[in-house]
Amino acid sequence: MYYLRLVLRTPFYAIHKSLGATMLDFHGWEMPIKYSGIVDEHINVRKNVGLFDVSHMGRFEIKGPQAYNCLQNLVTNDLSKIKDRKAMYSPMCYENGGIVDDIIIYRIDMENFLLVVNASNRQKDLKWIVEHSQSADVEDVSDRLVLLALQGPLAQYTLQKIIDLDLDQLRRFDLITTNIFGTECMISRTGYTGEDGFEIFFDSSQVEIWNKLIQQGYQSNIKPVGLGARDTLRLEAGLMLYGNDIDKNTTPLEVPLKWTVHFEKDFIGKNTLMTEQVTRKLVGFEVLEKRIARQGNEVLINGSRSGFVTSGSFSPTLKKSIGFCFIPLQFPTEELIEIDIGGKLYRAKVTSTRFL
Amino acid sequence: MEEEIGFTKEHEWVIIKEGLALVGISDFAQNQLGDIVSIELPKIGSKFKYMEAMAIIDSIKASSDIYCPISGEIVELNEDLLEHPEQINQSPYDLGWIVKIKPLNFKENIKEFTDLMSKEQYDKYVGEIE
Repeated sequence: MYYLRLVLRTPFYAIHKSLGATMLDFHGWEMPIKYSGIVDEHINVRKNVGLFDVSHMGRFEIKGPQAYNCLQNLVTNDLSKIKDRKAMYSPMCYENGGIVDDIIIYRIDMENFLLVVNASNRQKDLKWIVEHSQSADVEDVSDRLVLLALQGPLAQYTLQKIIDLDLDQLRRFDLITTNIFGTECMISRTGYTGEDGFEIFFDSSQVEIWNKLIQQGYQSNIKPVGLGARDTLRLEAGLMLYGNDIDKNTTPLEVPLKWTVHFEKDFIGKNTLMTEQVTRKLVGFEVLEKRIARQGNEVLINGSRSGFVTSGSFSPTLKKSIGFCFIPLQFPTEELIEIDIGGKLYRAKVTSTRFL
Repeated sequence: MEEEIGFTKEHEWVIIKEGLALVGISDFAQNQLGDIVSIELPKIGSKFKYMEAMAIIDSIKASSDIYCPISGEIVELNEDLLEHPEQINQSPYDLGWIVKIKPLNFKENIKEFTDLMSKEQYDKYVGEIE
């Protein structure tokens, strides 16, 4: 029997290969995990600026007179709280409160929205949104648009050199349409690193923009960044990853996403979230010994096994072993837990999920 | 005479020097692991059998056991690695050495030595993995 495995590649694939990137399968996408090295790339984003290809993420357009109502019903956050040309982060839940995905919604205007969803959830999300579209038009435009992220303290300096608009006017979560090297782009001041930065959408045929951004960033010591450093950057910044820290079996109330749940409006999952008892919480931890805890390691409280590490890594900024895990709701921060790494127990301290 | 380097299938290297086995991991292995951020070393005096896990290397993406390529007793550790594990990345065959082992049983040890791959054999082996 034939078994055909489809490997997806972004339009920047050839560029990544020419830069000597180590490529890895990420949910069916052959993506760069690293170029110069995860730690080097990570530190460069914290200190200077980095360029990421995040075109593997799904992009959907939701259009029409019903677009706003459709989305308000789908997400837990309140889209009435943002204006046109603004972005908002929100979970999207099932009726039972479990998370379908966590997404960014760009409100271009009341009848035009762009969503960015996790690569691993693209097909599932599209189906879910179409099923609840309330006659809004839903289109997967992921193949038509690419997405680059320019992140780091020198991101504004780098981008300002090539666009006319004054970037001081573009605030966090703002969205504009402008030209870069003669190509129409949508730029938002958003990211997944805990640094200042921008995400840039443009037509898939214009891959040369990558090289031009790298050339322009020469003075800022710009470097390409792979998914390895993207993961350590988001972890240090206390940002959750779908499939690790949140999934269909977690609700936004069990993790530090309460601020995105607005009970004063209606949305799918509201009834369950209003009534269910929350018994656990996602917290940060710091391992006090020289081992790295990783996803799936068991967490022990007073000797009894009570949960799992959902994300864990070495923090290149803090030079410590950090991560997220679930623990019982009442357990205090600063207290000690133990983590089973390869059959041996290591002490760790409970912290906030924001490490920086 | 130059000491000869031998390799295991698990990517440890061994150099016999003055009756002791100097052990580290190969350049291929350090490159596959990526940035090495910590190491757990065995205790001096502890004994390990052939291919028993004796140390653990944590790279930023994964944890890996280091296996004992020559059964024997640990007589010296590269304690610099505790503060500077990145030396394994930077200098896998020199500053990045991990332990020195005193071979215990020459009858068994001879087979372990002869099973090691030469540099040429190892390069070919790695080429097939890649």
